[in-house]
Amino acid sequence: MTVLTTQDLVIDIPGRADGRPLTLRVAPGQRWGVLGPNGVGKTTLLHTLAGLRAPRAGRVLLDDTPLEALKRKRVAQRLALVFQDRQDGFPATVLETALIGRHPFLAPWRREGAEDLLLAREALAALAVSHLADRLVTTLSGGERQRVAIATALAQTPSVWLADEPTNHLDLHHQVAVMKLLRERAGRGAAVVMGLHDLNLAARWCDHLLLLYPDGQHCFGPAEAMLEPTALARLYGQPLTMARVGGAPVFVPADPAPGASDDRP
Amino acid sequence: MPGVSPRPLALALLALAGALAVALSLAVGSVPIHGAELWAVFTGGGDPLHRELLLSLRLPRALAAFATGGLLGLAGALMQVLLRNPLADPYVLGLSGGAAVGALGAMLLGAAAVWVPGAAFVGALLSTVLVFGLAQGVGGWTPTRLLLTGVVVAAGWGAVVTFLLTLSPAERLPGMLYWLMGDLSYARSPWPAWLLLVPAALLVVPLGRGLNVLARGPLLAASLGVAVRPLEITVYVLASALTAMAVSTAGSVGFVGLVVPHMLRLALGNDQRLILPASVLAGGALLTLADTLARTLLAPQQLPVGVITALLGVPTFLLLLYRSR
Repeated sequence: MTVLTTQDLVIDIPGRADGRPLTLRVAPGQRWGVLGPNGVGKTTLLHTLAGLRAPRAGRVLLDDTPLEALKRKRVAQRLALVFQDRQDGFPATVLETALIGRHPFLAPWRREGAEDLLLAREALAALAVSHLADRLVTTLSGGERQRVAIATALAQTPSVWLADEPTNHLDLHHQVAVMKLLRERAGRGAAVVMGLHDLNLAARWCDHLLLLYPDGQHCFGPAEAMLEPTALARLYGQPLTMARVGGAPVFVPADPAPGASDDRP
Repeated sequence: MPGVSPRPLALALLALAGALAVALSLAVGSVPIHGAELWAVFTGGGDPLHRELLLSLRLPRALAAFATGGLLGLAGALMQVLLRNPLADPYVLGLSGGAAVGALGAMLLGAAAVWVPGAAFVGALLSTVLVFGLAQGVGGWTPTRLLLTGVVVAAGWGAVVTFLLTLSPAERLPGMLYWLMGDLSYARSPWPAWLLLVPAALLVVPLGRGLNVLARGPLLAASLGVAVRPLEITVYVLASALTAMAVSTAGSVGFVGLVVPHMLRLALGNDQRLILPASVLAGGALLTLADTLARTLLAPQQLPVGVITALLGVPTFLLLLYRSR
């Protein structure tokens, strides 16, 4: 059973050849990590999966229905996207920001009800930002704003989470808290797809990985099969050393042998 | 906010302020008419002279002022959300320039005064279509491109306005300058403005929550289920129609559309479901008061109301900017 499927998908990155079309099936309960070097299209892929960008070719299916056949509102009732960056043209409070996660569920003339307010407050509590509820988001730190953005997605009660660098700006404690939250959501049947630049977060928290290469190639599979130092070294163009800490793989950039590097004085 | 809601209270206070502004504007003038006498006229009695003065002069003018202010307040609030720029106003996209060219052109050609509002309306709509078409560009419009296109088109209209003024015979110039500053003494009938204002004010209420989401950016809004482009086009067309109607009623009255939504945001927060109806009421109250001042300050000389709104609006706005963080 799949909840999110791509069929021969080619994301539209200007000036790049098509590469290999992506046919991927994401099932409920899976936690996918999308890895690749800067500019490879992790964000573009997530936006395409959310239907915010048209693909160059192929299509995306949500519950076996092509995205373009669904109303935006219907998509938003099933799928939430946590953006990597955010803009605030006008200041709003933290509680108001979490409440907009309820927007897809409300008819135009309806106001948020007690249940919506409860979901928003629970979401703020889950991200440990309840104490900021009446603050303007523009006055928060980067990490606090990131947690508010995740709380908005949580209030949206999605079956599919698309999270673009969900640990951006977060300190270690909150990184772990957010990853645990996403794992707990997956445990309750949500599908989670995260764009991550941190290989070790992916190794620690994802059960499936999709590796995107700059030439448009890709490979994917269960995490333990994908966490192969030579393949990852090719992905980032950076030799890696793998260690195990408490049984989990940890990757560190390999220190080139003295004298091996050209750029030393 | 849900829970403790200051919303009905704020709207009730603004409605009361609007009613008081209208009452004041009925009472004040060359012949002051006080409370009991006002009441007598509206219950069908009173001095026939007072009756004539109120029902055929002061009341239409006060209603026209209120409706124009309401149209401008609402159009300004909508433009600010559409362009996601709190400094946008109803004229930022060149609407007043197009309307001015239409109105002054009609005046220059010696058209009867009844044609001037129509010519202004056509000019404003023409400018709307022009800016919208030009801002499409390659790959659809963005707020930035819309804004820049509007500013440049407005500059072009400004040149045409100056050209028309230089061509105009001296005896027509004062009327034209009054029109350019915004002046309600030309307001023939308040009813077209009210016929647009009331349905528009009702229509924006269900759009409010979507606009709240749109204010956070189009991508986030789309991810939350807002049909972004249809909503933006609706807002653009609506704000343009409101502005065109305001301009054809009273000329290009400045600052109401900029200052009113901005002040309300500082006082009431940024929920469009509150700000949009509040902008109608506050804009109407403000322009009614400003017009009363314009009529009475240097009586019997009448000032264009745009002078009053600018003299009130410029320092208020500068103060707000100075104090904002």
